[in-house]
Amino acid sequence: MNMMNRTLSRKLLRSMCGISNPRLSFAQSAVNTVQGQKELIKSRELEKDELRPLYMDFQATTPMDPRVLDAMLPFQVNYYGNPHSRTHAYGWESESAVEKARKQVADLIGADPREIVFTSGATESNNMSIKGVARFYKAKKNHIITTQTEHKCVLDSCRIMEAEGFDVTYLPVKNNGLIDLKQLEETIRPDTSLVSIMTVNNEIGVKQPIKEIGHLCRSKNVFFHTDAAQAVGKIPVNVNDWKVDLMSISGHKIYGPKGVGALYVKRRPRVRIEPLLNGGGQERGLRSGTVPTPLAVGFGAACEIAQQELEYDYKRVTVLANRLVQKIMSEIPDVVMNGDPDQRYPGCINLSFAYVEGESLLMALKDVALSSGSACTSASLEPSYVLRAIGADEDLAHSSIRFGIGRFTTEEEVDFTVEKCIQQVKRLREMSPLWEMVQEGIDIKSIKWTQH
Amino acid sequence: MASCSRTQVISLYRMLVKESKKFSSYNYRTYALRRVKDGFRENLHVDNPKTLDTLINEARENLALIKRQASYASFVSYSSFHWPSVFFSKDSC
Repeated sequence: MNMMNRTLSRKLLRSMCGISNPRLSFAQSAVNTVQGQKELIKSRELEKDELRPLYMDFQATTPMDPRVLDAMLPFQVNYYGNPHSRTHAYGWESESAVEKARKQVADLIGADPREIVFTSGATESNNMSIKGVARFYKAKKNHIITTQTEHKCVLDSCRIMEAEGFDVTYLPVKNNGLIDLKQLEETIRPDTSLVSIMTVNNEIGVKQPIKEIGHLCRSKNVFFHTDAAQAVGKIPVNVNDWKVDLMSISGHKIYGPKGVGALYVKRRPRVRIEPLLNGGGQERGLRSGTVPTPLAVGFGAACEIAQQELEYDYKRVTVLANRLVQKIMSEIPDVVMNGDPDQRYPGCINLSFAYVEGESLLMALKDVALSSGSACTSASLEPSYVLRAIGADEDLAHSSIRFGIGRFTTEEEVDFTVEKCIQQVKRLREMSPLWEMVQEGIDIKSIKWTQH
Repeated sequence: MASCSRTQVISLYRMLVKESKKFSSYNYRTYALRRVKDGFRENLHVDNPKTLDTLINEARENLALIKRQASYASFVSYSSFHWPSVFFSKDSC
């Protein structure tokens, strides 16, 4: 009996690995795969009990809303036509779905559907707007303005533009993370073609005064681009009110699918862009390539849901965020919140715990998925450049953690995170010699450290 | 109209709650339950029969959606994905 079970299990393993035993007949191997699948289903149920960390990193990415997945599935399975095929029903139905999605995205930001271009994400949209606008108006305008706290893709694109011969000014930010409007006005020159400032920062959550900046840029006849990936669907956005010319939107930040985004390009007054991707002239010639119908449909559904749920989500996120911050700040001393306390999106909280190293706190909080900076800079051990730009001390910049709260966060998750955080910070501080010195009353800043 | 009757609405609410409990993901389950409860609570005093009709149809569509999505999660298996063994160390931090 034992021998037979062993051979049977070996055959099941082989069938699962895809290597077919030539001695088995077709019927026999079919029976084996069915039994194999039963084993797979059994093992999946056991896995239901396995614990995964709590997700508190909504700025990195967001889980897909079940309603979005429901909208996408038919287009992954049945309606698989290319939306640019003009000659048959598969193409027509796909195209109408993409146009419906375009309208849903446009309604969320107060734009016209013809002004929306589907891209592969906010990074591509940022690249398109900066490189596209700068290169198109190269003959007469040579200057680009951005801030020091922008997303890496914007900063890197500007660096490439510098290598191409453009003049780029990286505006500093005040200690609360906001830019100085006076300074921006003074920096704008007659040959400035583009100002790029993000709406909500992904690391510290500050909300820039986009309406004022937009009006300023319009009065000086400069194009204004904003990276609104973290803002769209979370705070009310209106491109006409704000006088924004270009806006980048990301799908996977608003509970939509990964791999899709959009760029809003104003038509009146027209913004001309030199396209990055050349080809068949899709998306008004600005972005050639087949529009991925299921992703676009999911993105549109996510935008529509975000518009409906905006108020409800905002209220809830504010309540949970206040709860988190109040509890932590009341229990442990020497905690600093980075960024302006009022001009912010409440769901992105960046706290610096003095005398505790950020990475060690992250490792100690292994049951909660958090990050200490943005996902694109988390590979390096350098403190985040955003915190350096707002003037945080080196030691505080190293000890910062970013808490992200979103649509699916529950009160219990927040309470658990707070409890664990307080416990681990206290434990790490007990081990810290700096903390001992502070308790004894020594002023850390007055110490002259020597190398030995 | 029969669809506007109180018992119909209550039975719809009960079915939504019953189906929402079947989500295997903690976050989806708690969100669905919370959203259904808050959604019905905020529309408690709606009188206009047209709005009531739209809301009830919306609720019916959401019920079908939740049924589909909750059952979808249960037959998606990730057993082909293997965690590297370094994640299964027994020592706690």
